[in-house]
Amino acid sequence: MSEQPPTEPTTPAGGAETVLKRPRRQKRSMVSRVVGVFGELLITAGVLVLLFLGWQFSLNGIMLSNQQASDANSLSQSWASDTPASEAPAPAPSSAAAAPSTFQYGEPPVLATPGNTQEFAVMYVPRFGSDFKKTIAEGVDPRTVLNKGGAGHYGTTQMPGQVGNFAVAAHRDGWGSPFLKINELQVGDPIYIETQDGWYTYTYRGSEYVTPYGVGVIDPVPQSPGATPTDRLITLTSCNPLYVASERIIAYGVLTDWTPRSAGAPAAIAGLVGA
Amino acid sequence: MYAALWRILPGPLWVRILIIVVLLAAVLFVLAFYVFPWIDNLTAPVQDVTVDQ
Repeated sequence: MSEQPPTEPTTPAGGAETVLKRPRRQKRSMVSRVVGVFGELLITAGVLVLLFLGWQFSLNGIMLSNQQASDANSLSQSWASDTPASEAPAPAPSSAAAAPSTFQYGEPPVLATPGNTQEFAVMYVPRFGSDFKKTIAEGVDPRTVLNKGGAGHYGTTQMPGQVGNFAVAAHRDGWGSPFLKINELQVGDPIYIETQDGWYTYTYRGSEYVTPYGVGVIDPVPQSPGATPTDRLITLTSCNPLYVASERIIAYGVLTDWTPRSAGAPAAIAGLVGA
Repeated sequence: MYAALWRILPGPLWVRILIIVVLLAAVLFVLAFYVFPWIDNLTAPVQDVTVDQ
């Protein structure tokens, strides 16, 4: 702004107006220049923060959701092509078989515990959205599992279909917000877990709110440490309240059905699987 | 700062605007795909969704 070089000689004698004004104007312009740059830096910082928030809740969520959908599809497709042909004909054994089961297709198989961070299941919850489809990976580490926009399996808990508690965690605000609508589950809502063996249908039974240290919710019998489990439960955990996370919201379900891969996906999610 | 940047840019007005738009797009791209994911990873454990000891 100041076209005048700062080395302008100031003569005490002479035009009083110009002599008095010049150094003052130059000083002010130096200060205002510094203040101006500082202000521009502050504005830039503010814009960057807003951009980051926009990215976190919008763009990153969209990208993670797309990634989740494609991961889930490729998992389903690889399982579909991996299904051994010999295992294909597995109709309902009914009551003729040795062990009578409450399930149409007999006792559900249980996966071996996968390696850490490995995606081993796909989760479908129609209540969370007609196209809701997220992967479940082993472990609940934020950086390597939860921030990928899917769900994470508590390594200390049981596997899908196993007697005990299959517990998973996922984000509710940000990172694709997979469990955004966890508080909207209604008693009787199905929660489908797909593994290489088939589909486990859990039915939502109820919710609970606990402190962040309420580890009892992932016990084999929730809130009863040491008890011997008889049911096959699922437990979903996420943060509560939204954007605050001072508590945890817990949703419980129980295994009500199991469908082997050879029998095809349950009708409610048939259009979603692998597509 | 930005005024100085504007003065440094060569060419007529439309060329300057074009350069600004391209620069802005490049900055946004780097932010969205490199800087923001990096910051996100730094701040990761803040929002916790798990029960823990």
